[in-house]
Amino acid sequence: MQRLTVNGVAIDDTFAEAFGMRATAIIITAPNRKWARQAAITMTGFATSVIGCGCEAAIDVELPASQTPDGRPGCRVMIFAVSTDELQKQLQNRLGQCVLTSPGSACFAGLKGTADLKLGAALRYFGDGWQVSKKFGGKHFWRVPVMDGEFFCEATTGLTKEAVGGGNLLFIASSSAKALAAAEAAVEAIENVPGAIMPFPGGVVRSGSKIGGKYKGMIASANDAFAPTLRGVVKSELGPDDNAVLEIVIDGETSDAVAAAMKAGIGAVTALGPEKGASRISAGNYGGKLGKFHYHLKDLLP
Amino acid sequence: MKPLTFTLRETPPERLDLSPLTPQALAGLSAKEIGQIRLGMSKRGLTVGDLFRVSGSDAKNVVFEGGSSRFDGMGTGMTEGSIRVAGDVGAQAGRKMRGGQLLVEGSAGPHAGSCMRGGRLEILGDAGDHLGGPLAGELAGMNGGVLIVRGSAGAYAADRMRRGVAAVLKGCGDYAGARMIAGTLVVTGGVGRLPGYLMRRGSILLDRMPEELSPSFVECGAPDSVFAAVFDRYLVAEGILRRSLLGAAPGKFGGDNAVAGTGEILFRR
Repeated sequence: MQRLTVNGVAIDDTFAEAFGMRATAIIITAPNRKWARQAAITMTGFATSVIGCGCEAAIDVELPASQTPDGRPGCRVMIFAVSTDELQKQLQNRLGQCVLTSPGSACFAGLKGTADLKLGAALRYFGDGWQVSKKFGGKHFWRVPVMDGEFFCEATTGLTKEAVGGGNLLFIASSSAKALAAAEAAVEAIENVPGAIMPFPGGVVRSGSKIGGKYKGMIASANDAFAPTLRGVVKSELGPDDNAVLEIVIDGETSDAVAAAMKAGIGAVTALGPEKGASRISAGNYGGKLGKFHYHLKDLLP
Repeated sequence: MKPLTFTLRETPPERLDLSPLTPQALAGLSAKEIGQIRLGMSKRGLTVGDLFRVSGSDAKNVVFEGGSSRFDGMGTGMTEGSIRVAGDVGAQAGRKMRGGQLLVEGSAGPHAGSCMRGGRLEILGDAGDHLGGPLAGELAGMNGGVLIVRGSAGAYAADRMRRGVAAVLKGCGDYAGARMIAGTLVVTGGVGRLPGYLMRRGSILLDRMPEELSPSFVECGAPDSVFAAVFDRYLVAEGILRRSLLGAAPGKFGGDNAVAGTGEILFRR
């Protein structure tokens, strides 16, 4: 395989393969930043992969009080799923169990989309008849009585069908510490890209997978080609000095957001260099036949 | 194109019905046809040509230079465009309007914005009784849109209101928000006796604690309210108020428990 090199970091001539998804966004606010983040983190917990969680979700950006609808600190949270029905179900459950329950929280639409998903329009029944509907300024809100006052929630948020899930980068390094340093640098850079989230723990995934497996019913199993302990026994992608690989998976509101996020990640890791971080950057794909979106690393160099 | 302008020649000798002069009704009419529209309410049969000097041709923007308390039914049922009245209007201004903008630079008579469903009605002067309210026999009053009175309003403001936002900035008379079904009434500058009398649902938002309430209203605490914060911002963004109305934790009275009892009077503490 032909190798490009940027600042001593090899870039594979390959591409990340990604899929069309349904996505939505909401803005969660709270009396202070701590509790806005807490509600958002709780809501996006256990949402790393659609394979086992039903959706992929994370905080897109933190919003200062000056940029939220109610003048309190907030977070924009994005949620991705494979179908509109599943997205609605996940949104409703997570909102009801994690945001409604969080002290002082409120929730607003975070996306104008082609269709609406229910927020307050679903949760209002918690009010048991005491919920109040308010329409003003072209928007519809629900006020639901709770024990610290009222849960204020916009009736609906938007849905986009332009979303892309599964953009990814693989960072290959000579040690676990270096791979982690590279991944952390990439996460920090990608956090600044609007409309892109990294749903895995802290943005990083260490158990990258291939499709299927030898056992019946396994949708995904070990990515043996990138597992250093199997370097000698399988057809490995790893060289003699490669001892750790970490992956970053990116979901974006648009294809452009995924490309921008991957570019930011590559930029951060090449800037870090092979001494402190990754010696090589690659990406995962399935031969290009499954996913509609292809992101070639050579097009995304800094 | 210049706005279609009706300049009043002299004070009309009788009450007029101006409901034919809305942007959608005037669209496509020739100057001659406009001049022949009957406005008088008596056997005299006064027409537009008798009362106004007409100029301009843009029927989407209608201007009345000069007004009178005899101008009844201004902007009735309007759906689009704008009407500006440089003067007073009579009864039922903006009745059943559904869209567009009606600006009255003077004062309005009773039933201004009666049963309006959409659009924006703004009165820079005062409004009479039954602001936004239904006529006798109608079940619901204001049903949507934005109604702003920069001056004061009479009794029964937002009577039987069902939807939308009505705001009175310099106080209103007795029974503000009486029999409200839903919707939002904002009053700064004080209300008269028994605001919210027999209200079923809906919100009456005040800049001060009401002085005399029906005993069937009950005190309901003053927790932090995101609704108050968002609505305060809306009022400023919409150009209705310059400063926030309720503050972060307004007081609340719930009522009217003589009827459904899920309405509220929120007030700045």
